[in-house]
Parts: sequence; C-alpha cells; structure tokens
Amino acid sequence: MAARRLSSLLTRSLSASRLLSSGRNHGGGSSISRFSTAAAVEELISPPVQINYTQHLINGRFVDAASGRTFPTYDPRTGDVLAHVAEGDAEDINRAVVAARKAFDEGLWPKMTAYERSKILLRFADLVEKHNDELAALETWNCGKPYEQSAKAELPMLARLFRYYAGWADKIHGLTVPADGNYHVQTLHEPIGVAGQIIPWNFPLIMFAWKVGPALACGNTIVLKTAEQTPLTALYAAKLFQEAGLPPGVLNVVSGYGPTAGAALASHMDVDKLAFTGSTQTGKVVLELAARSNLKPVTLELGGKSPFIVCEDADVDHAVELAHFALFFNQGQCCCAGSRTYVHERVYDEFVEKAKARALQRSVGDPFKKGVEQGPQIDVEQFEKVLRYIRAGIDGNATLECGGERLGSKGFFVQPTVFSNVQDDMLIAKDEIFGPVQSILKFKDLDEVVRRANTTRYGLAAGVFTKNMDVANALSRALRVGTVWVNCFDVFDAAIPFGGYKMSGIGREKGIYSLNNYLQVKAVVMPLKNPAWL
Amino acid sequence: MAENQSNANGSLKTYDELVPEIKFTKLFINGEFVDSVKGRTFETIDPRNERVTARVAEGDKEDVDLAVKAARQAFDNGPWPRMSGYERGRIMSKFADLIEENIEELAALDTIDAGKLFSIGKAVDIPLAATCLRYYAGAADKIHGEVLKMSRDLHGYTLREPIGVVGHIIPWNYPTSLFFIKVAPALAAGCTMVVKPAEQTPLSALFYAHLSKKAGVPNGVINVVTGFGSIAGATISSHMDIDMVSFTGSTEVGRIVMQAAATSNLKQVSIELGGKSPLIIFDDADLDTATELALTGILFNKGEVCVAGSRVYVQEGIYEEFEKKLVAKAKAWTVGDPFDPNVRQGPQASKEQFEKILSYIEHGKREGATLLTGGERLGTKGYCIQPTIFTNVKEDNLIVKDEFFGPVMSLMKFKTVEEAIKRANDTRYGLAAGVLTKNIDLANTVSRSIRAGVIWINCYFAMDNDCPYGGYKMSGFGRDLGLDALHKYLHVKSVVTPIYNSPWH
Repeated sequence: MAARRLSSLLTRSLSASRLLSSGRNHGGGSSISRFSTAAAVEELISPPVQINYTQHLINGRFVDAASGRTFPTYDPRTGDVLAHVAEGDAEDINRAVVAARKAFDEGLWPKMTAYERSKILLRFADLVEKHNDELAALETWNCGKPYEQSAKAELPMLARLFRYYAGWADKIHGLTVPADGNYHVQTLHEPIGVAGQIIPWNFPLIMFAWKVGPALACGNTIVLKTAEQTPLTALYAAKLFQEAGLPPGVLNVVSGYGPTAGAALASHMDVDKLAFTGSTQTGKVVLELAARSNLKPVTLELGGKSPFIVCEDADVDHAVELAHFALFFNQGQCCCAGSRTYVHERVYDEFVEKAKARALQRSVGDPFKKGVEQGPQIDVEQFEKVLRYIRAGIDGNATLECGGERLGSKGFFVQPTVFSNVQDDMLIAKDEIFGPVQSILKFKDLDEVVRRANTTRYGLAAGVFTKNMDVANALSRALRVGTVWVNCFDVFDAAIPFGGYKMSGIGREKGIYSLNNYLQVKAVVMPLKNPAWL
Repeated sequence: MAENQSNANGSLKTYDELVPEIKFTKLFINGEFVDSVKGRTFETIDPRNERVTARVAEGDKEDVDLAVKAARQAFDNGPWPRMSGYERGRIMSKFADLIEENIEELAALDTIDAGKLFSIGKAVDIPLAATCLRYYAGAADKIHGEVLKMSRDLHGYTLREPIGVVGHIIPWNYPTSLFFIKVAPALAAGCTMVVKPAEQTPLSALFYAHLSKKAGVPNGVINVVTGFGSIAGATISSHMDIDMVSFTGSTEVGRIVMQAAATSNLKQVSIELGGKSPLIIFDDADLDTATELALTGILFNKGEVCVAGSRVYVQEGIYEEFEKKLVAKAKAWTVGDPFDPNVRQGPQASKEQFEKILSYIEHGKREGATLLTGGERLGTKGYCIQPTIFTNVKEDNLIVKDEFFGPVMSLMKFKTVEEAIKRANDTRYGLAAGVLTKNIDLANTVSRSIRAGVIWINCYFAMDNDCPYGGYKMSGFGRDLGLDALHKYLHVKSVVTPIYNSPWH
C-alpha cells in the first residue's frame, strides 16, 4: 500500500513538474532545473531541523568514540560538512556488543511478554509519525533524496514497517512435531541473541526498519552500524526508541567506517547473527569475516542489475513511465533498480523515444524544493563512479540519447542519462552503476530475453511488462531473481519478502520470512508414556 | 450464614455512585442508534438488587433483517473488505485505545448487567478486550494464502477471502470478552457482522458499537441487535443472507442454531458450548496451589464460565487433607456486592440462572451426595449463592453430568491415572481440563488422553489472545482466539491456471 502510495506520489509530483515545464514557469524563477538547464541549483533551502545526535548510542547513553575521534558527514547538495560524528572502531563496537550482550543475557527485553514488546514497537511508530517532518528533513539533508519522497513515502513506511513487526511479536509460533515413536516434540522459536546489523546509505531509515524491526519483534538485542555517509537519522530514531520505552542496551548504534567498525562487528566473537545490506564486494568480506570468526549466520542483501522486460504487447506509455521510475527513483541508488531495460524490437523505437522524452522532463535540483524528482548523488565517490560509467558507455559505442554530464558546478548532481543500443557485454549493462543511467537493450523473443536477463551474477529483481498471462507466468518462473514485479515496479510492502538469488545475497527481509533471520529453532523432545495417540 | 458474606453486603452499602448513567439502549444498525421497528423494549435487571437498570430496544425479525441488509451492503459494496489489512488494523487499534479510555464505565456496565466483579472488570475483562483487538489488528496484515505444489503443468495458489456477513450470538457471562473474541478476528478478516448480545447483558455491547463508530469502523460493519434468542437469535441463525453464524452458549441452544443453519442456507457454523471440565489433581501436587486453583476454577465469575473446573478429581493419597483445606478456603470466600473490592464472588447473572442452580443443589442433596459446604442462597435480595462443594458423587449423578453454571463443585476421589483419565472423559462435553502434577510423564500422558480443547497443566484459566480454545464432542466445534479464530472467518479459494515452459516444478 505504502509502496503504491509512493509510486503515485512520485507520479503526482511528476505531473506537477510537467505542468511547470510546459507552462509559464519554464526557466523562470524556479530553482528546479530540467537537466538540460545549465545551473543545477540556485539558492538552497535551509532544512528546518537541527542536528542533535552525533555520538554513539551505547547502553542507552550517547557517548563519544573511545578514541575521541570524529568524522565529517556531508550535505550532498554542496559537499559541505554537515556535522562531525563520533567515529567508531573496534573498541566502540566491542562496548556496544558488551551492552547488547548484557541486555540479552540479563536484561528485561527478551524476558518481557511479546505483547509488551509489541507495545513498545507501536509506541515507536507513533513517535515516528509525530516527528515525521524532522526525520524526513534530516534524511534528505544527509542523503540528498527528495524531501517529498522522505516525508510522504519513506517516513510513513517506517512507521508502517514497525507496526507490521509489532503485530508479529505475539504471533511467533513454534510447532508441535510428529515423531516415529512415543515422543512428544515441540519446536521453540527463540531469539538468536545479539544481532549485528550493517546498513547502507541509500535508504537509511527504511533499511533501519528492515533490520531493526524483525530483530526486536523476535526479542533480540542489536548493534547497528550505519553507513558513514548517513549516520544521522538512525541516531535520531534510536533516541525515539528510548522514548518509546526500549530498555538500555537493546538497540546500540555505532557510526563509523566499514573496514574498521563494520569489520569489527562482522568478526566479533560475541555477535550471534549478522545482517548486511550493501555492495556484493563488501558482502563477500562480511561473509568471510563471519566464517573466520564464530560462524555467525549471515543474511546479505547485495547488488543487482535487474532486468526490466517490456514485451511487444505491453502498454508502452505505462512501461516507459515505470521503467523510468524503476531506474531513476532515488537518484538511481536502489539495489533493485531496473538497470537493464529490455524492450521488444517491435516497440523498441517508440520506447526509446518516449524514455528519452521522459528523462528530459525529469526535474533535478535541491531535494528540498517542491516538485523536484531527483537530488544529488550521495557523495563524491559515487558521483565520480557514475560519471566514469557514463564515459564507458559512450566509449563502448552505446547511443547516448540524453544526459551524460554533471549538473551545475557544486554538489553531486548528475543529469538523467539514457543509453540506447546497449549490448549485454558492455560495462554499463554488466555492472551495478547505482546512478541515474538507463540502459535500453533490444530483444526478439522470450527465450532469448530470459537467457539474457539471467546472464548476470546478480539476481535481485525483475520487471515484466505484458498483458499476456501466460507470458507473465512463464517469465515469473524463469527469471532467477528474488522479486518479479509484473506490470508494476518497486512495490514494497511490509509483508512482501525481498532478497536475492545468486550474488545478490542470502536470505529474505520483510514479511514472515524475515523472522527466520532472527530466530533460533530449538527442538524439545521427551518420551511419552502410554500416549492416547501419536 | 455469616460465612461467605462480605461486610459491605451486610452493611447494605449500595455503591450507587459507581453505577453509570445508561447512555445506549437502542439498536445499532448501519452506524445509527435506532428504535426497534415495532417500538418494543425489554427490561435489563441489576442482579445485585433485582431492580430494572434500563429498558432496551427489543430486536425482532425485521430489525435483524435491517441489520443484515446494512451488513450485506457494507460487505458487498463498502470499504471494509476492500481496504488493506493494515488500514483495518489501524482502525481496530484506535478502537482499542478508546476502550482503554472508558475502562471504568464499561466495567461498571458489566457489573450491573451480569453481576461481575467490578475490580476484575477494570483489571482484566475490559483491558483484555483492548489487547484482543490489538492482537487481531496485528494479524490483519498477515493473512497469507499459499502457492501450491501442483504435480502437473499448473500454477495454483490459495486466497483467503473474508467469509462475508457473520452473525455473532454472544452469552451473558462474559459480555465484553466474548464480544471481542468474536468481533475482533472477524473484523481483521474483513467481514461485516450482526452481533446479538444476550438479553441479560445488552448494555456494554451497545457501548462498544458506539466506540466502533468513533474509531472509524465504517457504517454497517458492526451492527448490534439486542433482543431474545428465540426471536432475534433465531432470525440470525436461519437468515438466508448471513454467511456464517458464530455462537457461544449452551449446548441445547447450540443445537438449535446448527439446525437453523442446516434448514436455511447451510451457513458455516462455529459453536462454543457447554463444558463439565475435569481438574485432575495428583498426589504430588502442592496442596495450597491445588486448593486455590480448584476453588478459583469453579468459583471464578460465580461458576458462570464455560471452562469452569466443575469436576475435581483428587488422588486418594492427598484426598482427605485436600478436602479439609478446600472446605476451609471455601468458607472464607467472600460473596456479596460485586462493586465491593473485598468481594470475590457476586450474584448470579439472572433470576432464571439463580433458580436453576438452587434446583441442581437440591437435586444433589436428593441424589445422596454429601454437602461439604454451602448449598444455600446468600442474603434475601439479589442472586447470591454460597460456594458449594459436594462429595460422594459419581459420573452418573445429575450434578456431575450437567453443566449448570454455578458456584458448585463436585469433588471426587481417584486411585490411578488410568482411572482418572477414564472418568474425566466420561462426559458428553470436551471443552477444557486441568492437570496438577510435577511428574512430566503424567502431565504428558493426561494431556493427550483427555478429549478436550484446552489442557491446563499446573494452572487454570490460562487464556491468552494467541491461544485457541474450543470444544471436542458436544462442547462445540471451531476455535476462538489465536490465529485459528481468524482463519474461521476466511474462505479458502484455490486459483489454478496452466503454466507453460516452467523451468521447475
């Protein structure tokens, strides 16, 4: 539902911007720019929020880093420093794990009733609603995503996800199990213990919810490491959790870098479970560290190069719009972005023309500005990486339909970029770019597109556009991916599981499946004397 | 006569200041409080003093028809089954919050209508109504069908769809708890409903109807028709446009409900009926705990509990000591005005009920049972009865066979586990059972051997929102509470289509 709201919200803001561009305001006083306009951003809006939490949250208290060090976090609109944040390393992780361990082994949290836990999660959701605008502003400020997307889609989704998990807390069922003999067997679904969670920068609060929600519902305690690019909102949210009555030590938040803090968490001998969302490259490191240390079970949600398949019978206008949304949403910084747009040859030319026109309409600018669809990329590193891939596309003889350059001279804005005539072996068709770069490829028949769509090391998601039910069913089964969206895309819902095949990850988040990540299954077996039945 | 009597009862304190103003006495149909079509009303009586509390609209066939029409419309064309489970859950959560804002008044309504303890109402019944709503609110967005493993080139899946218009007929012993045990899962499932509260206890249900509207439950989703079983209840059971009837009450009436369903439109039936639940106490049980559980098991809510432990089986090794302790405790049990915080047992809910219990007590005496304590009415006004314990009884005695919903225990002695199981199962009922022992093997064996829907080991009345209960044998079928109760308000629809070129099966 929220996902549908999200897409309709974006469609709405999109039509508003279309009105703007074709109407009297075109090129006028607005600081929203079509990307073809030279200056990206004129006066920036000052976000109506203060940065109050920059220390680690360990055992219910905000504390400095053990080393006393801090690192800067930036406003991606300008590259200016927003705040200096405590820089966690192994010692901070260790302190957080000690707190989480104690909260798990001796604390109230796993011992209170599931209903009481659910009440705390519900109170947190209410507080998120109360602080919706501040959290949204902070998210946009630190992450660069459009404020309307933060405030009207992601924050409501945050509350919604926690209410979903609140509802699970008192419905986690083990089984009674049949045995081949006189035994009484039960399975107890017990919390797994201290969960280490490492979250990325593209959806800081939504990823917070995907990780923290199920872990808390199941009665675990947590050490959460945020991405170094976006440390701010998780600290704010953790503060609200304390206000909601979460006991100290249950949720600890450490800011810092992957190779130091992240690695310390992944290799910690006293962390019982690890969940990571991020790049495939880092995912491999995390898995290896878990293997080398205490064999903690790991869930990974990694990269993708998701195919978006437009069949010959598809509604082209609808497909163009959703393909655009699938790729450009969140500045193209989505693990499941539809970054390989396969279009049937019969509708290919029409599609390319319309996709280009749509990209040209995309409003890029200050994400706090109403009607802006696209803000800056997260940081200079990503920004340069995206531009490098665009260069590779041009060099590889893909046709640059539009875009291809940075926008303005400040911040990390990139023009919405569309390539056509992309071949499967080009770098832009193989690698995850994580930027506003759409690659359109042509196909002839279904067997071919299935084969090509599956020729990737990734397997996160796919889009299928067709009116034919048999085609939809056949493709749904044939694609080796964790999510298939048929005639829709990016429909996220608390109850819909998400995760990858192949090198896109291990395990599923959201939905009932996510509970398994945070539960141990204990079989309890005892003899039965003179049972009435077996 | 002095024993059992609370001081308050003796001092004739009336607790008038705690009696709330009665705000809702009309039928609630399609979101409005309305008079019955014929304009008739009936009296609801305060069982503490036999005075008329209020006159309440008497629902007749045409009133039920109007309520069903509203529910049908709300189901077929209204927003309730079409909104997301999450949105339904949000409204249900709001409903729960509103209940928590009115605990005192709601508890008082059940006290003056059913004679229930005010203190327990405030601490247990009413707060648990809110938790029940929250439990099912949290389940509303977790209704899963399954994708099937078809052994051919077919793709199949199941949808769980709301069953439609549900008729709920609820009893007078738990006017609040049973209202929500029925209404909450049906709401979560997306059903619309017509609720008929018992004629003895119509008041809190009407208050809940009012709160449901305030919470945002759309018009027509919950309709409340107060009235009598033989008229309003019978109309619901035999209505051609109701898709399911859910009934809690006596086995006799349950049979009528099921017959009416069978002769009308074969609507789905879920019935939670009477019980004569055994509590089996083994030699190794702790005597203090055992006597306390046994006594609470039969005296709680004055014995007006379908799962009451009305047959207490005690192993011979501890029998005598158990009996002595039990009787002493029963004599100290305070009975009186349910508003008095020191009282543990109020009056029976109605005159009819009161007289029925007294006649069973007389029957027990006539059949030659030994009366260990109690056996009389308490005071001269209101429907209070002394805690009563009979011994030297057998399974074929009327007081051991029949459920009569009063503070009357049948205490029996047994030798072996096999004997206890056999005698415990020697009943037409199968609702609940208790086992008190520290021996793990005994506990497990008895748990599987007793033909009943709930087994409590070293506890009793251990109800929880997540824990289904319901009957074996003539105690009914279908389960209330837990996710089982949610599923009974859902149809399973299988959807099947050919699949071509599937890479796996």
